[in-house]
Amino acid sequence: MKISTLFYTIRQGFANIFRNKWYSLASVATISACLFLFGIFYAIVTNFQSIVMKVEEGVSLTVYFHSEEGVYNEKEGHFADGCVSHTPEQLPSDERLEEIGQEIARRPEVSKVVFVSDEEAWKKWATDSYGEMYAEGFPENPLAGENSYEIYLSDVSMQSALVTWLESKPEVRSVNYSAVTADTLSGANLLIAYISLGIIVILLAVSIFLISNTVAIGISVRSAEINIMKYIGATDFFVRAPFVIEGMLIGLAGAGIPLAVIYSIYNYALTYVMERFSVLSNFLSFLSVEEIFHTLTPVSLIMGVGIGFFGSIITVRKHLRV
Amino acid sequence: MSKKEMLRRRREEMIEENGVIFLDNVSKAYTTGSPALNGVTLSIGRGEFVFIVGETGSGKSTLIKLLLRELTATSGSVYVMGHDLGRLRHRQVPKFRRNIGVVFQDFRLLNDRNVYENVAFAQRIVQTPPSEIRRNVPTILATVGLAGKYKAKTRQLSGGEQQRVAMARALINNPSILLADEPTGNLDPKNSWEIMRLLEEINESGTTVVVVTHNREIVNAMHKRVITMRKGVIVSDEEGGEYIDED
Repeated sequence: MKISTLFYTIRQGFANIFRNKWYSLASVATISACLFLFGIFYAIVTNFQSIVMKVEEGVSLTVYFHSEEGVYNEKEGHFADGCVSHTPEQLPSDERLEEIGQEIARRPEVSKVVFVSDEEAWKKWATDSYGEMYAEGFPENPLAGENSYEIYLSDVSMQSALVTWLESKPEVRSVNYSAVTADTLSGANLLIAYISLGIIVILLAVSIFLISNTVAIGISVRSAEINIMKYIGATDFFVRAPFVIEGMLIGLAGAGIPLAVIYSIYNYALTYVMERFSVLSNFLSFLSVEEIFHTLTPVSLIMGVGIGFFGSIITVRKHLRV
Repeated sequence: MSKKEMLRRRREEMIEENGVIFLDNVSKAYTTGSPALNGVTLSIGRGEFVFIVGETGSGKSTLIKLLLRELTATSGSVYVMGHDLGRLRHRQVPKFRRNIGVVFQDFRLLNDRNVYENVAFAQRIVQTPPSEIRRNVPTILATVGLAGKYKAKTRQLSGGEQQRVAMARALINNPSILLADEPTGNLDPKNSWEIMRLLEEINESGTTVVVVTHNREIVNAMHKRVITMRKGVIVSDEEGGEYIDED
């Protein structure tokens, strides 16, 4: 294609928008309406997901190991870990403990592993319960040998798999975890996924309905023009290109407008909620406008331009067979 | 000799032998009703001026659509400029149509563009360089008597002027054939005659002109070849003939 033809095509794409002002306006409004709904929905869901993720990050489980240290309960005849006796492979050396810590850290569902020695554990427990003085009053550590790992998860739904894996290790005495918390959070995640899917399907159906109506208007506006072009000997490309450029520009505008509106609304809503309900900020943290728009902007623009592109292709295609 | 050159020569031979337009036992049937064309055989030579006349439903419009490759024949062969239109691929159609100028009763101008743009548009389609377009459009507008109106919007023009714009657009790429489908159908007698005189001039410069019309006065006065159609068949084909009424 010659450069002059290319420039002509682009110029015509721009000119078409103004030639058919009402059609262009209707198309921009349609795309804007769809992408506005999408944007609002995206902002809500992303915030909800972020809150759930923050809660998940706080979920931990603790794994304890067999130990011959600590108090032997002569009356009940077992060690502090509840075992009467230990086989050699049940008692981990310091190296083995470290090795297990590294194995845990390598697991994909694990985000953080913290080693808590028996001393740290006792000090924390005593301080939390009675104050520092009380802990110092004990001649020996009642939690001696209670070395543990605190494990934080990146994917809470994998908790049971991790527990099974941990419990299969001979050195592991017990694993403390809350199955209810994990199940609740996994359920919440699943719920968000289903709701997202449902709303996306509804939005898609609404978009297709609105866009097909707009395309139908476009067909009636364009049919004569396309017809003339074809009779004169225009190729399909020459006919299609200005319309496609026009469609993409309309899509771009249709995406830009809701983005600007959502930006203002979101900023305002965020400030309002945080000022008016400052108590919420203690346990709920909303995503900043930049975090939301980091993804929303490219996705909306691609969707807008895509809708414009395919909408115009479909519109013109119906009239190319002249 | 290249394949392209061979094809060109074959087309030239075809034109020499059978004319620029050649229909060989052509029928066209739509899904309902009787066939629009029924076994039509017709040949139009290079540089001829031909009227095609007939009542509504006689098959004239179908014939024009076949010549433009808007429709394909149900049976028989249609050759235009040596191209067998039945074998023409969809992507070859635009290039083929550039050999044919078309003028319609309803002008079919782009009403949101001015006179210059309407005419220049036909040149842009064939990717003529902008400098040539700037040179050619005023020349052709002068030929059709619209030199001073190139900036006017088509809606501001009279019917006769709009038809001149359509003719300028049809002629700017120097087509070998000009098809005019009821070119005077929307015009008063004065403008009708002016358009017909213009068509005659175009024909004198070597372009084959085919005019589909209902205008008995013009047909009878111009003494050209007249092909009369009735119910999808050619009922008469006479040089210097007259418009024959159905009854």
